[in-house]
Amino acid sequence: MNGIHDMGGMDGFGSVDPVDTGPVFHEAWEGDVMAISRVMGAIGAWNIDQGRYGIEMLPPQLYLTSYYRRWLERFERAIVARGYADADEIAAGHALRPGKTPPKGKFTLADIERVTRRGSFTRPETAPARFAVGDRVLARNIHPKTHTRLPRYVRGHEGVVVRLHGCHVFPDTEAMDQGENPQWLYTVQFDGRDLWGADSDPTLKVSVEAFEPYLEPV
Amino acid sequence: MTAHDHHDHDHDHHHDEASDLSETELRVRALQTILIEKGYADPAALDAIVETYETKIGPHIGARIVARAWTDPAFRQALLTDASKAAAPFGHQGETGDHLVAVENTADRHNVVVCTLCSCYPWDVLGLPPVWYKSFAYRSRVVKEPRAVLTEFGVALPDQTQIHVWDSTAEVRYMVLPARPPGTEGWTEEQLMKLVTRDSMIGTGMPASPEGAGA
Repeated sequence: MNGIHDMGGMDGFGSVDPVDTGPVFHEAWEGDVMAISRVMGAIGAWNIDQGRYGIEMLPPQLYLTSYYRRWLERFERAIVARGYADADEIAAGHALRPGKTPPKGKFTLADIERVTRRGSFTRPETAPARFAVGDRVLARNIHPKTHTRLPRYVRGHEGVVVRLHGCHVFPDTEAMDQGENPQWLYTVQFDGRDLWGADSDPTLKVSVEAFEPYLEPV
Repeated sequence: MTAHDHHDHDHDHHHDEASDLSETELRVRALQTILIEKGYADPAALDAIVETYETKIGPHIGARIVARAWTDPAFRQALLTDASKAAAPFGHQGETGDHLVAVENTADRHNVVVCTLCSCYPWDVLGLPPVWYKSFAYRSRVVKEPRAVLTEFGVALPDQTQIHVWDSTAEVRYMVLPARPPGTEGWTEEQLMKLVTRDSMIGTGMPASPEGAGA
């Protein structure tokens, strides 16, 4: 979806404040939100792509609040949408009826190491790779209304394949409860002038990871 | 706006100490309470997640990887070939996740990492991202005008230096292998890792100067 989250190349957000010397969580509730996130993932309530799509679907004014605040907004909606609590319970701040059985069971101390380590998104190859390193490719000019990881700023532009990553879970279907649908994943590098025009920094190269359905041969 | 606004009295009733908490804190507490009461999470496990990110997983992991690459050519090559495999022994509990890629700064190329679509970051080797990495200004601008952004970090590159910006749009994660500072010949890994700043592993900074550090 062409949402506020897809902000590569936008103007208007001002300068970067480069100072952040900690703490890790600037307010205690931010750490609590992180913990909730890991729990909901670990018990199988939703996967990472569904989680990201949940954030993207927030109204832009909520998206633009802060990183952990939008996680909170997403949780309140997703927990209800996926049947882990009801809206009246969220409002009351307490469980009013028993919970459902999560697909991966209750989250306990034994799960800590598992959730603080990234999983693998690689899946067995479903077909030969369509592209090879060095191939020129076109990022398709597509505008799905649903979750995608092809940023707007590369769509319709040509780049070159610089790395193959094997087949990975395809976020565009995984986010929509339509399965992992593994696809070849490539790093595709673009020239800054192709993306931003003749006035671009001539030394700039920008790469994205692009799934095979995002690309066409040139 | 939210369901909470219509139920403030319930909140005050259930959380007697709640008057000192902000609306956001109350909402977070509500979710925590529900997760625990519904049996989805052990309360101690919630606290342990926070503690792990606060104390165990952080840029010290990446700093040691960089210092090792600076002192061990075979390791450097292994890191650039398959960073997930090479970095694993340095990770918390001796493991890091898959899909890590290390990109090396050279005399004519500087690398910068971003995630324009959310804030993907190599948590396993650098911990949680700093505020600026998640900021809209950084995410929107660094793919388009990286030199201007780097200037805001106090980093000035020669005009001819190529800038490669790596936008982490899938589950691949990047760390930058910065160049070893001159004047550190003969330094040990322990000394060198003190020069490796978090920002130098994202590409928005350079390693600290050896003067007054390490040796």
